[in-house]
Amino acid sequence: MNPRPSPAQFAGADDGIAKGDVLLKVDNVSLSFGGVKAITDISFDIRKGEIRAIIGPNGAGKTSMLNVINGFYTPQVGTITFRGEERRAMKPHHAVRQGIARTFQNVALFKGMTTLENIMAGRSVLMKRNIFWQMLWHGPALKEEIEHREKVEEIIDFLEIEHIRRTPVGKLPYGLQKRVELGRALAMEPSLLLLDEPMAGMNLEEKEDMSRFIIDVNQQRGTTIALIEHDMGVVMDLSDRVVVLDYGKKIADGVPDVVKNDQAVIDAYLGVAH
Amino acid sequence: MLYRVAGQYKTSYKADYALFPVKQDAWLLGVILLFAFVILPLMANEFTFRALLIPVLIYSLAALGLNILTGYAGQLSLGTGAFMGVGAYACFKLATIFPELNIVIVLALSGFFSAAIGMAFGLPSLRIKGFYLAIATLAAQFFLVWLFQKWAWLYNYSASGAIQAPNIQMFGVTVAGARASAMTQYYFVLCVVAVVTFCAINITRGRIGRIWKSVRDMDIAAELVGINLMKAKLLAFFVSSYIVGIAGALFVFFWRGAAEAELFDIQLSFRVLFIAIIGGLGSILGNYLGAILIVALPVIIGAVPSALGLPISPSMVEHLNVMIIGLLIIGFLILEPHGLARLWAIIREKLIIWPFPH
Repeated sequence: MNPRPSPAQFAGADDGIAKGDVLLKVDNVSLSFGGVKAITDISFDIRKGEIRAIIGPNGAGKTSMLNVINGFYTPQVGTITFRGEERRAMKPHHAVRQGIARTFQNVALFKGMTTLENIMAGRSVLMKRNIFWQMLWHGPALKEEIEHREKVEEIIDFLEIEHIRRTPVGKLPYGLQKRVELGRALAMEPSLLLLDEPMAGMNLEEKEDMSRFIIDVNQQRGTTIALIEHDMGVVMDLSDRVVVLDYGKKIADGVPDVVKNDQAVIDAYLGVAH
Repeated sequence: MLYRVAGQYKTSYKADYALFPVKQDAWLLGVILLFAFVILPLMANEFTFRALLIPVLIYSLAALGLNILTGYAGQLSLGTGAFMGVGAYACFKLATIFPELNIVIVLALSGFFSAAIGMAFGLPSLRIKGFYLAIATLAAQFFLVWLFQKWAWLYNYSASGAIQAPNIQMFGVTVAGARASAMTQYYFVLCVVAVVTFCAINITRGRIGRIWKSVRDMDIAAELVGINLMKAKLLAFFVSSYIVGIAGALFVFFWRGAAEAELFDIQLSFRVLFIAIIGGLGSILGNYLGAILIVALPVIIGAVPSALGLPISPSMVEHLNVMIIGLLIIGFLILEPHGLARLWAIIREKLIIWPFPH
């Protein structure tokens, strides 16, 4: 059987950016749908190797922000700079190629496929053999498949989901589906991982498991993480820096202890007349 | 007892990726191939070849093509009949323009024509899904059949408007045309089907198969794991139409001998779609099971009552056939949307744990 992967094997994608330097920078981004302003003039940055939380009340524009970062929405104003490259409009599959992976608020797995296939699908962009090799299967295509299978098995080991390797994901309980989805995102070997409410709807034990995985991903693989989460205990414990959104505007940005005591944040959460 | 997986350990990923990780499956396939290549041809007569064996293979192949598009990539198509027609007409033109060319090469080339046309009619899939896409492919169905009728160059200006398979020899044996023996044609079709199936299994279980299934299951998520939806869908149309085109060429050259444009009308599309649905969308095996059922059904309905001494008219056979197929489709869609292939999978699961299910 496979030995448990050591941290050394778990090197994250090398993107030539030193730990602590700016990995992603959002500059004056505004996004609106018709007359609805989802995001208004937001700027912040994400540094290499940190866990960055994005929080805010419902409808604050957190998910829209993630969608802008990974190219799913194109903001009307502003730029995104990722690994030193500035861009505004791009296709999501380009973002993946650049090293941005994400999970979804509502689980978005491929229901008809097994856990193994789902995570392997996450490696599609990293696999190269064309259809003619695929038809033959033996030779280069098989070699490639096995190489990637080994990486995927490392992730399966890491997330402790060996027992559901061959189970169609549609049959799995919610907590495990979330875990498989994290696995699929990890399989892309991202340098920036966007997690959209990874713990929504989980019980305490599942939250603890998931928190442990997030910390391990961050520390062992060196993956930078941007996290949306509503559980304040989790956010304050996990994250290095927090950005707070409310009604599409940034109202606070800083280390958890500062943000926690910020009057604007308290007002946004408790609700005062705007 | 029959399926005992205990003790069959995989010690490498390579072993895990064998075509048949369970060795009983390999034996079963061996038995089926032995039947297909040796025992059936020994037992079959001209009628059995022409009415059962050859059409089962050709319909399976067409359903396999459609299944790649609909079952794996999730793009509904009603243009299968027309794409078969493109393959058949392309094969006819190539075979008459280059009579010296080996028939295998002609077949392989004619697939590219239907693949290109299929891809062109697959372009709407980039914007529309589901039933709307089905309507777009329906346009292909009607347009292409109209073209087959009106463009006389396609049927070499023959007075009847039909295409006729010329006598074609391969290595000194007549394989197509009026002089070809049914057994030769059966073997030829069987080999083509076996090779295409092998390739299809490999494509669908590897990277490309996973990409197609991701697009089918959730296209937005597929895009966000880095899959280029446009490429994935067009590739599915390409591969699917290629296989369907070859099936169409075999249909005319190795079974019917001649064909008019009307042969490739929507009835044919539906028949292939029914085979894929009854057999099981998203499965390779299902195409064969479905084709056996659909092709054998009218033969059985015609043969059984007369064998029992009951008089039955040919039109009654036809009516019964339509009714039973209709019932089967409704039944499968409601009770087992994954078709005969899933039934087999369930039986296999049960056999593996039988006789101790706990």
